[in-house]
Amino acid sequence: MNIIVCISNVPDTTTRIKYKPGNKDVDYTGVQWIINPWDELALTRAIELKEAGTVKKITVITVAKADAEPTIRKALASGADEAIRVDASPVDAWNTALNLAEALKNEQFDLVICGVESSDYNNWSVGGMLAEMLRIPSVSAVTSLQIENSKPIITREVDGGRQQVSIKLPGLLIVQKGIAIVPRIPSMRGIMSARTKPLKVVTGVSGESLIEIVDYEAPPQKSSCKIIDSENLEMLAELLHTEARVI
Amino acid sequence: MSVLVYIEPREGKFNKSAFELISYGYTIADATKSKLHVLVAGEASREAVAELGHYGASEIRHLNKTQHLDDSVSSNMVAGLAEIINAGIIIMPHNLTGRAIAPRLAVKLKAGYASAVIGIPVSYEPFTVIKKAFSGKSITKQVVKTSVKIVTLSQNTFGVIENVVQPVIEDFNFTETSHSIEVLSTDVQTGKVLLTEAEIIVSGGRGMRGPENWKPLEDLAEVLGAATACSRPVSDEGWRPHHEHVGQTGKVVAPTLYFALGISGAIQHLAGINSSKVIVAVNKDPEAPIFSAADYGVVGDLQIILPRMTEVFRKYKSGI
Ligand SMILES: Cc1cc2nc3c(=O)[nH]c(=O)nc-3n(C[C@H](O)[C@H](O)[C@H](O)COP(=O)(O)OP(=O)(O)OC[C@H]3O[C@@H](n4cnc5c(N)ncnc54)[C@H](O)[C@@H]3O)c2cc1C
Ligand SMILES: Nc1ncnc2c1ncn2[C@@H]1O[C@H](COP(=O)(O)O)[C@@H](O)[C@H]1O
Repeated sequence: MNIIVCISNVPDTTTRIKYKPGNKDVDYTGVQWIINPWDELALTRAIELKEAGTVKKITVITVAKADAEPTIRKALASGADEAIRVDASPVDAWNTALNLAEALKNEQFDLVICGVESSDYNNWSVGGMLAEMLRIPSVSAVTSLQIENSKPIITREVDGGRQQVSIKLPGLLIVQKGIAIVPRIPSMRGIMSARTKPLKVVTGVSGESLIEIVDYEAPPQKSSCKIIDSENLEMLAELLHTEARVI
Repeated sequence: MSVLVYIEPREGKFNKSAFELISYGYTIADATKSKLHVLVAGEASREAVAELGHYGASEIRHLNKTQHLDDSVSSNMVAGLAEIINAGIIIMPHNLTGRAIAPRLAVKLKAGYASAVIGIPVSYEPFTVIKKAFSGKSITKQVVKTSVKIVTLSQNTFGVIENVVQPVIEDFNFTETSHSIEVLSTDVQTGKVLLTEAEIIVSGGRGMRGPENWKPLEDLAEVLGAATACSRPVSDEGWRPHHEHVGQTGKVVAPTLYFALGISGAIQHLAGINSSKVIVAVNKDPEAPIFSAADYGVVGDLQIILPRMTEVFRKYKSGI
């Protein structure tokens, strides 16, 4: 089975977000870039399955300009076999999905895996859009993946519980925490071999977007915390009732 | 042009977030001088459906049958109806179903899709909504440029508004024809407060010291009618199940009251809870960052404080 993992290159989760003058763009100077945490877990699971012998080849794909190459190399160093970079700056989720769909039309695959969201724009969009563009089935909120006799056995979260399903291939999975727990980090040997693994660059499609961000601002500050004496917890109940009005 | 709201009952009933969604749709339909249509997908009694009329649902279509959760099929169904009623704005909950269906629907209709929108649009011309980015570290204004627009609403960001109307309820028929997803087994607990819908959440971190200490936390949750949650290391260690993990890489929650017990308040944890209305933190370290995110704090050892707190709330609840 061949698996494609869509990876998004995002600022480290501890990054303080700053804006360029005018608040219409994020100022990325000094930012550390990482593989989007869910994509890293998706890749980790793909590597585990490859080690178990049920997956033959893992390809990572990203829509990004050349400055994302360190992130792609990290994915290769962790255990992906090859990489595709679609050379475009994503302008919105729809455009990202379109770029991925165009590039994947020329690839052989059984499963595509996306994360539920990317930690920068939190769109929760690209996976479902891509599946629709490729006209293949999708399963979202996936928390585990096994492969038995070339058939994917998938667990997904549903309201109040979980469900086990399988889908016709080729298909797309939108995965969340649980698919893997601890992300795979590159070994020294992995880092060495990543240098020689194939990284294909393909041209992207038009920059049309359906959604546009017109303004950024910092979230409102919380007012200061009221400290309550641990000997007087009745006060906490009282304040939650009369002041905060939440109980 | 019309406005379409999509909702699903859970266990035959509608909860506050469904009422919020109808109220939201009503307000937007009113502001854009359009008609509000509601599609209810799932089993529910006529009375339960009729109750949606309290919040402004005048025209309701009801597919009275359990959904099999094939996102491609469900989005086909919504797209079909959207075309019939000439929907200009489609509103869905930002829950598991809304998140799964909306992106596929967006491609089918070539509609701009804004997910996890906060509250009412700030402008209709151009259609501009507010939504978080960078896991809550930034608030953005986004313009949806297409003629058909899709939004999923973040829960508890608009509220429930009564607008009593007499609903017209029509049966909606739709036959699923997909064979692309095969359901092997389902394991669902009924009567459970869902973390993502809970009004109160009691959440524990590594400061709880181990899975054996969770009983007092569950006691507090029970007294308050709350759902239980945890920080990432707690679920990574297997002290609690993964579906309880809250934060950047877990669930994003928006309760009215969130208890952070023995949670240090790392930025990735805050990303999941910063939409909570009120946060109470208990931590033995007065310098813990959680106190700068919390509204009320108690400094001290949970082993002692937690059982006491449960008693206080128990007395308080029985006293009201
Ligand atoms: C990419 C990435 C994604 C992440 N995503 C998430 C996420 O989604 N959710 C998440 O939670 N974390 C996430 N993390 C991890 C996060 O950075 C923190 O490590 C984690 O939140 C810490 O969990 P904690 O507060 O339970 O534990 P700790 O940081 O160990 O804090 C324990 C707290 O308990 C207090 N304490 C100890 N004993 C007691 C006692 N007896 N009584 C009272 N207080 C006590 C301590 O003072 C301390 O403040 C992520 C990290 C990364 C790198
Ligand atoms: N630029 C990108 N390149 C490749 N995959 C992406 C890109 N952006 C998002 N994705 C994929 O889509 C998922 C959801 O992202 P989003 O819809 O942007 O929140 C991510 O977890 C990735 O798997």
